[in-house]
Formats: sequence, C-alpha cells, structure tokens
Amino acid sequence: MLEKRQREGYLYILPWIIGFLVLQIFPIGMSLYYSFTNFNFGTEIGFVGLNNYIKIFTKDKEVLNSLKITIKYVLMSVPMKLISALLIAMLLNQALKGINFYRTLYYLPSIMGGSVAIAILWRQLFSIDGAVNKVLNLFGIKSIGFLTDPDVALLTISMLSVWQFGSSMIFFLSALKQVPQELYEAARIDGAGKVNSFFRITLPMISPMTLFNLIMQMINAFQEYTAPAVITGGGPLKRTKVLAMTLYETSFSQRRMGYASAISWVMFVIIIALTVFIFATSDRWTYYNDER
Amino acid sequence: MTAAKWRKIRKKIRHGSSYFLLSIIGIIFIYPLLFMFSASFKSNAEIMGSMNLIPSRISFENYIAGWKSAGQYTFGHYIKNTLLITIPVVALTILSSSVVGYGFARFRFKGHKLLFGAMLSTMMLPNAVVIVPRYILFNKFGWLNTYIPFYAPAMLACSSFFIFSMVQFIRGIPRSLDDAAFVDGCSTLGIFIRIILPLSKPCLTSMAVFQFIWSWNDYFNPLIFINSVSKYNVMQGLKLGMDATSGIVWGPIMAMSTISIIPCVIIFFCSQKYFAEGIATSGIKG
Repeated sequence: MLEKRQREGYLYILPWIIGFLVLQIFPIGMSLYYSFTNFNFGTEIGFVGLNNYIKIFTKDKEVLNSLKITIKYVLMSVPMKLISALLIAMLLNQALKGINFYRTLYYLPSIMGGSVAIAILWRQLFSIDGAVNKVLNLFGIKSIGFLTDPDVALLTISMLSVWQFGSSMIFFLSALKQVPQELYEAARIDGAGKVNSFFRITLPMISPMTLFNLIMQMINAFQEYTAPAVITGGGPLKRTKVLAMTLYETSFSQRRMGYASAISWVMFVIIIALTVFIFATSDRWTYYNDER
Repeated sequence: MTAAKWRKIRKKIRHGSSYFLLSIIGIIFIYPLLFMFSASFKSNAEIMGSMNLIPSRISFENYIAGWKSAGQYTFGHYIKNTLLITIPVVALTILSSSVVGYGFARFRFKGHKLLFGAMLSTMMLPNAVVIVPRYILFNKFGWLNTYIPFYAPAMLACSSFFIFSMVQFIRGIPRSLDDAAFVDGCSTLGIFIRIILPLSKPCLTSMAVFQFIWSWNDYFNPLIFINSVSKYNVMQGLKLGMDATSGIVWGPIMAMSTISIIPCVIIFFCSQKYFAEGIATSGIKG
C-alpha cells in the first residue's frame, strides 16, 4: 500500500524530474564543460582549460565593461525600485476609500513586464525631443540627453525598471498588513514619533520580505536584456551594454559558444556569491517573529 | 469634545494629503501609458511637437499603417503567432505545474526533501546559463524555428515558481477532504481532478495570468529560437517595425505598441479578484 503510494508520488512529479534532468541539470553541466573549450558552433570542440576565464578577466575589455555596467545597473535599479515600492505600499496601507483603485493604478505598468512596447515607449519619452524634455522645457530647464549622455543613459533605463515596481509593492503591502497594530500603539504611548516607529517597528517587521524582494529583484536585474537592447542598443559609447547583451552577441551573433558559456558562468557565480553574501548578512538585519 | 473634534480634523488632513500624494504620483505613473495611447492617434509632427494628451484630431491612419507593418506580414500575423505560442504554453504550464505540485504536496517518497530543495533552488538559476546548451540541444532535435522550445519547458514544469505556489496552495486544502474521498474509493488521480483542482482555482487563475503575460511579452527567447520573420511573435514584430525605418515614424509604432499591451490589460482587469490575493502567494517578477 505504502509502496504504491510512493510510486504514485514519483509518477506525479515525473514531468518535473524529466524537465529538471534534461532542460536544467544537463544544460548546466554542458555549459560548464563548454566554458573550458573553444567551441564555435559547427566546428570541432577543443579543450582550452581556464583560457576563456583568463581572457575575460585580463584581456577582454568588452566583457569587463559589460560586467561593470551590469553591476552598476543592479546597484542603481534595485534599491530605487525597492524604496519606491515600499513608500507606495505604505501609502496604500491605509484604510482609505477607493484604495483598491490606486493599487490597480500603481500595478498597471508592471503587467507589461519586459514588453518591447514599453521599451519603445521609453525610447520615445526620453529622446532628446521627447515628451519628458518637453515638460522640462516648460519649466525652463534645458533638454537633457537622457539616452545620448553616457553618464545618464543607464539611469534612464533603470527608471523603467523602477516604474515597474508592482510585484515588490504587493509583497511589501502584504507584509505591512501583517505588522501587529499593538506595536504601533505601544510605541505611541511610549512617546515614539512616526519616524522612530518606522525605523524601529516597520522596517524590522517587514525585513524578511525585504530580503526576499532584494534577492528576486537582484537576480532579475542581472539578466536584463530587453530594455537596454531596445532603448539604447547598448550605446552611447557602450555605456548601457549590459552583460546579457554581450552574452547574446558572443553566443548567437559570433557563435563563440565556448567563450559565451564562460561569460554566463561568471554571471552565475556572481549571482550565487551575492545571494550567499546577502543571506549570510541577513541575520543582522532581518527579524523573524517566531524567534525564540 | 474639542479634543475629539481636533482628532477628526487631523485625520481628515492626513487622509487628504494621502489622497493628494497618491494621485500626484499616480498621474506621473500613468502618464507614459496615456501618452502612448494618445500618440497612437497623432501625426508624427504632433507626437514630437506637443505633450498634450488629447490629440488635435482622432485619426486611425496610424493603426492602418502599423497593421500593414514593415515586412511582408501584417501585424495580425504576429498576433496569431504569439497566440500559437502563448495559449499552449499557458495550458501546459497549468497542467504540469498542478500535477507536480500535487505530487510534492500530498505524497511522501524517498528523497522528497532533496528533490523539493532542488526544485526550489532552480528558481535562482539564471536563464543565461542554460540558454546556450539548450540552443544546441534543440538544434540537434531539429526544434529551432519551431515553437517546441516554448512548449517543452512548459510541459515539463520548468518554472519552479509555479510548482512552489501550487504546493503552498494545496497545503492549505484540508487533507480530510482527500481522506474522505479515499474512503469512498476515489483514486489519487480522482482526488486530484475532483477535489484539488476545483479548489485550486484562485491559484490556477493567477498562474494562467502570469504565464500569459510573461509569454506574451517574451522577447529574449523568440530572439534565440525563432529566426524566420514568418514565425516572429508580436514583440519581434514591434522591434522589426521600429528598426525598419531609419528616422523613426512614431505614430504607427505607438499604435501597434498600444495593440500589443491591450491583451495584458484586459486579462489583468478580468482577473482582478484573484490577482490581488494571488500575487501575494504566487507572483514574482516585473
């Protein structure tokens, strides 16, 4: 009887087991193997040891530049996104009439995700004679080269990611709703102000959700492709050419599969390292209600 | 009396300023979308010349021009292609994720913990790492330039995110229902079909909504697996339309961009009821 139930259990998860082995584990292994070869699509595979990795970190300025830009993009977009999501979530966490309307409104941009349409729209809005500059001109501010100024372009692309903070906002909102109101009452009686209770109650209480949002958004931001590819095409002066773009170019335009695999592993290891680092330090800044 | 009155006034001010802030930021937030919609009716000169949201005249010329599209195919062709990808992908994802979720949630077998952990950890696996070997694999199978590279991962429950949310949801369904059906002679498959699936509707709905939106808006994967224009999806069609003209004619592009986001907007509003709760337990990304 128990045996049969066990067998049935395996049967139900069988689709996943096949997918896991064929479409996940096998590709991960192959990609690690390719990364030590000079595999060019259609030619013989030759083993080159660590050469691809050595090249990435010592000779290939292009990849290093992309890596730097990707890290910059992550450092800019993720904190801005989380902070805006939290601020709006706090405004939405009030018993106001029609609050659902506002929640829908703020979520709306996020349902278009990585749509090319939105990237095209961004390109139009922030072009030198686009709508945003028209508004700035109205206030007597000179037009800004949002997409042509090498120092500004990456920020403009980050703004698109910030604009789509919907899912983080909803997660923060659900966490805020779970903070016991008595805590705020007690703090008020003890004479704590709004700011004080935000830092001493709200932030610690929602910290597990912050951790979750931070990691998910970081992983997503590292892989961003569509926005820079469509909005700036990596320019100006390759200042928005993120790692995913370089990876695409190396593997699917130049067909240097071996080298591209090494780049993807560098990305993978950085993501793992950052995730581990965030988790390791999270003990110091996350608070779990069920502790002790 | 006065203290109570004072508190009431303060509350009103607080609420008023909240509404004010939410509205002002909300207008800034929604402006880009309204801009796109209004630009789809404007001439190129008017798009570049004014930031007014109400077009000087309503004209559908952009829609006609955009629909004809740049290549030899109409925009409708790309929509048809996208539906050919998206609808099976959504159906397969729901089917596979719910079956696997049921397996993980209701059965204990050797290695359960290990397999569940492995499933969860793939959530963090970047697409970039598997894309090159998958491309080579699919090339060997002769699947490039077909839609099988989209169907296969959906059928094989490759999105651990959906499995996980399904597991969490099924865990919330009382086991006593399973047991009662079991006593009545229901098989495990019968329990799944007659009890688990009908009760999981909110979770299945939010899964369908997310998968639809991701699949509809996917640009990266088609870029890699599809190489003939006749099989392009909407996103590739949009990019093609933009690249085709050197000095971009914004009107038709804005019109087609508007059309491309309408399905997502409609689905979003139709699923509002499930969405707000569903996303808190399931949705990520975006």
